[in-house]
Amino acid sequence: MAHHIVDDLSIVIAGQAGQGIQSVAHLLAHVLKLQGFHVFATAEYMSRVRGGINSTTIRISNEKRDAFRSTIDLFVSLDARSFAFYKHRFTENTMFLGFRDDAFCEDCVMEVNFASIAQSIGGIVYANTVSAGAILGLIGADEKHAREFLRNFFVKKGKEVIAKNQEALSRGFKMGTHFAFSHDVHVAIKAKEAVKDDLFMSGIDAVGFGALAAGVDFCASYPMSPGTGLLTFLAQHSKECRMVVEQATDEIEAVNMALGASYAGARSIVTTSGGGFDLMCESVSLAGMIETPITFHIGQRPGPSTGLPTRTAQEDLDLVLYAGHGEFMRAIFAPGTPLQAYALTAHALDVADKYQIPTFVLTDQYFVDALHKVEKNDFVEQNNAKHIVETSRDYKRYALSENGISDRGVPGFGDGLVRVDSDEHDEDGRITEDTRGLRMRMMDKRLFKRRELLESCMIMPEVSGKKSAKNLVVCWGSTRNTVLEAVENLCDKEYAVVHFTQLFPLDKKKIKKIFAKAGKVIVVENNATGQFANLLKKECDVTADKNILKWNGEPFSVEELIVQIK
Amino acid sequence: MIGSAHIKKNFTVPASVDCQWCPGCGNFPILQTIKNVLQEKDLAPQDVTLVSGIGQAAKLPQYIECNYFNGLHGRALPVATGVKIANPSQTVIVTSGDGDVYGEGGNHLIHAIRRNPNITVIVHNNMIYGLTKGQASPTTAEGTVTPTQPYGVIDSPINPIALAISLDAPFVARANAGDPLVAQKIISQAIDHKGFSLVDIFQPCVVFNKINTYQWFKDHTYYMEEDRDVTDRTEAFRHATETDRLPLGIFYAHTRRKTFEESVDFYKTDRQPMYLRGINCAIRNALIASQK
Ligand SMILES: Cc1ncc(C[n+]2csc(CCOP(=O)(O)OP(=O)(O)O)c2C)c(N)n1
Ligand code: SF4
Repeated sequence: MAHHIVDDLSIVIAGQAGQGIQSVAHLLAHVLKLQGFHVFATAEYMSRVRGGINSTTIRISNEKRDAFRSTIDLFVSLDARSFAFYKHRFTENTMFLGFRDDAFCEDCVMEVNFASIAQSIGGIVYANTVSAGAILGLIGADEKHAREFLRNFFVKKGKEVIAKNQEALSRGFKMGTHFAFSHDVHVAIKAKEAVKDDLFMSGIDAVGFGALAAGVDFCASYPMSPGTGLLTFLAQHSKECRMVVEQATDEIEAVNMALGASYAGARSIVTTSGGGFDLMCESVSLAGMIETPITFHIGQRPGPSTGLPTRTAQEDLDLVLYAGHGEFMRAIFAPGTPLQAYALTAHALDVADKYQIPTFVLTDQYFVDALHKVEKNDFVEQNNAKHIVETSRDYKRYALSENGISDRGVPGFGDGLVRVDSDEHDEDGRITEDTRGLRMRMMDKRLFKRRELLESCMIMPEVSGKKSAKNLVVCWGSTRNTVLEAVENLCDKEYAVVHFTQLFPLDKKKIKKIFAKAGKVIVVENNATGQFANLLKKECDVTADKNILKWNGEPFSVEELIVQIK
Repeated sequence: MIGSAHIKKNFTVPASVDCQWCPGCGNFPILQTIKNVLQEKDLAPQDVTLVSGIGQAAKLPQYIECNYFNGLHGRALPVATGVKIANPSQTVIVTSGDGDVYGEGGNHLIHAIRRNPNITVIVHNNMIYGLTKGQASPTTAEGTVTPTQPYGVIDSPINPIALAISLDAPFVARANAGDPLVAQKIISQAIDHKGFSLVDIFQPCVVFNKINTYQWFKDHTYYMEEDRDVTDRTEAFRHATETDRLPLGIFYAHTRRKTFEESVDFYKTDRQPMYLRGINCAIRNALIASQK
C-alpha cells in the first residue's frame, strides 16, 4: 500500500529510558523546523531513569498544529518490547520502522536493527543517530541540515564524535531513502520559509522566560516533577540574569525563604508540584495575612499522593483555590500556549507585587514537556516594576486605604520601619485582638476590597468561533490547542471554544454574559471531578450540560475529543 | 536620613504597645539585653530586621522598635535567610523559642547552619512550651510531668549546642538570661561574627516551668574559661556534652566557612539589595533569541 502524506505526519519514537529518545526527538524537531515545517513534540515517560518504555511524539504539519494526536503514522522502535504499549494508537495505515513484531505490524514494515549498525560504526551510543537518519531519509528531508545540526550539537565533544555521528546519520539516511522507494512512502508536507527563523521552546522554558521578563530576583524550590524544570531553568541563567536560585531542603523552607526575600523587596517565585505544594499551604495563608507577594508555579501531575509522577493531570485547581487556612485573596492563572505561559507568568508576578497577594501559575506535565515552535517577535516586554515605595518616618505597613492596598515598604529603604505579623495586626503590623474594629477592617482590606480590584482587571477567556454559537466548549490551561483542533475538525459553526487563562477570581457579570445564550455548555478537563466546571457553577452560576473528563494520567488527544464533543 | 528623632535609637517602642509576658518572665532581661546590644552597636533601627516564629519568645520583636517579620511557628530561619540574601546589609536576628527553633523548625536549623547566612539566632530556651501552656519542648528533661505527658516525658532532650558544632556552625554559644551582663557580651559577639551564629539562652518561664528556675540555672551552670581555643572543635564537643553542670559562654567560633551571601556571584561586585535591582532586558532578549 502506498503512503502519501501531504499535510500532517505523526511520528512516535519509542524505546527504553536511557536509549536517547529525547536526543533523537531533539535532533528531528530542530532539523525539521530548519527545513521549514511546523513541528510540535510531546514526551511521555515512565518514572524511572533506565529501562521501561518511553516515547516522544513528533507532529509535522503544514499548518501550526500544537496538539496531541493519538494516531501514529510512523512508529519507530528502538526497543523490541515497545509495541504492546502503543498498540491502541496504531491504525491500518501505520508504518513501522525498526523492529518487527508480527502481532502488531500490519502492512508497511521497514525492518532494521539500529543497534547493530551502530556497533559497526563504533558503539551502541550511535543507534539513536542512525534512527534519526533513517526517519529523515524516509520522509525525504535534507541531510545537509542534519549534518550541520550534529556538528553544532557536538561541537564541545570533539571532531571524532561529530564524525561518527555524521556517519551514523548517513547510514540511517541511506536506508530511509531506500525504504521510501521500496515501500512507496511519499511525504509532501509543504515547507514554509518563514518557519525557519522561529524559535523552539518547551512549556517550562516559556514559564522561565516569563519569570525573567518580570525581573525575578529570587527562587527557592525543592525538586519535584514536573515542577523542577523551572528551578533548573532559573538556576542555569542565575549568573547572567543576576538572580539567587537556591535548592531548598524542603518545600516549607523554600516558600518561607521566598517570603523572607519578598518581604525584603525581592521578586520571588517558587516552583513545585501538588505534593510539594501541600507542604507550602500554611505559608500561602501567611502570605495572605502579611500581604507579602509571592508567586507559585505548580506543574500538575496525577495524585493522590505520589500518584503517577511523570504523567499529566489538571487535578490541583481545587488545591490552590482553597490552599491555606482562613479567608484571603489570591489569583490563579493557567496558560495554554508558550506565549500565554510567558505573559501569564510575568503577569502573575506583577499581580502578586501590585496587589500584595499570593498568585499561582498552573501548568502540567503535558504542557511543560511539550516542545513548541514560537515566533520570536511575540515575546514582548513585560511589566517589571516592583511596586515598592521609599518609606517615611510615619510609615505604616498596613495603613488603611480606599482600595485596600497599602504602600509596600521594605526594610532599609527610607526612614520608616516595616513590620509584618502573622497574627491579626493593626496598621503598624503589631498584634491586636480588637475583634470589633481592626479585625473587621483588616479582613475587608485583605479579602473584599482586593476581590473587587482583582475582578475588575480579570483576564477574560478567549472565545474562538462564532460568538453566538449554540454550543460552547469550555477548557482551561493546557487543553487549549487540543480542544481548538478537535472543534475545528467538527466543521460545525454551532460550536465555539471558550478558553480560560484566569481561573480565579472570575467576574461573574462578564462571564455570565458569554454563556447567556448558549444552548449547551461542555466543559473539558483533565481530572475526575470537573473542578473548573464546579467553580464556574459556584462563582458565576454557569452550569455545564456535559463534562468531558479524563484522569488516567494521559493528555486528551484530538481524536478522542472529536468523538466526545459531538 | 536614618535614625531620625521620631524613631528612637534606643529601640524603645511607644508606651501604648501592650506587653504580653508574665511579670518576672525570663524574656524581659533578654529583651533588655538585645536592646542594649543594638544601642551599643549604634545601629539604625531601619537597618535591623528581627525575625521570629510563634510562641512567647517569638513576641519579642513586637517590643523592639525596628523592622520585623513575625511569621509562622518554626519557620523563622528560612525567612531570615531570605531577608539576608535579598538585602545583605540588614542586620538580621532571629529571636524565638526552643519549641519553635528546635522542635517545629528543627529541620531548618540543620540546613540553615549548612547554608550559613550571616544571621544571629537567639533561642530563648525555657525548656517548655509557654504559649500553649506548659507542654514539653524538645529541651524538657526526661521524666518531667506536664499536662500532655502525665507519666513523664519519655524522649531524651536535644543538645542544640552539640548539634550546631557537629554541623560546623561558625559561632555557637550559650548564655543565661539571669546574667544579662555576660549575655550582652555573648550576643554582641554573635552579631559581629561572620556567618551563622547560634546563641542558646536559658530563660526561666516562671509560670509553666517550676523546675528550671532562675536559681536552678544559677546552680546548674558555670562559665567556661575565656582564653580557651574556641576554634578547637573537639574541645567544643567535649564541653557541649557536659551534663553535670552546664557550661556557659562561647563553645565554638571560627571563620573558616563562606557565607550564603558570599557565594552569590553578583554580590561580589555590587552590594545593592534586590529591591533596587532592575532587569537586564538585553540579556533576556538574547536568551530568548537563542532558542532556535
Ligand atoms: C503550626 C503550628 N502548630 C502549633 C502552634 C501552637 N503553638 C504556638 S507556640 C507553640 C510552642 C511554643 O513553644 P516555644 O517555641 O518553646 O516558645 P515559648 O512560648 O515557650 O516562648 C505552639 C505549639 C502554632 N502556632 N502553629
Ligand atoms: S508563660 Fe512563661 S515564657 Fe511565657 S511569658 Fe509567662 S513566664 Fe514567660
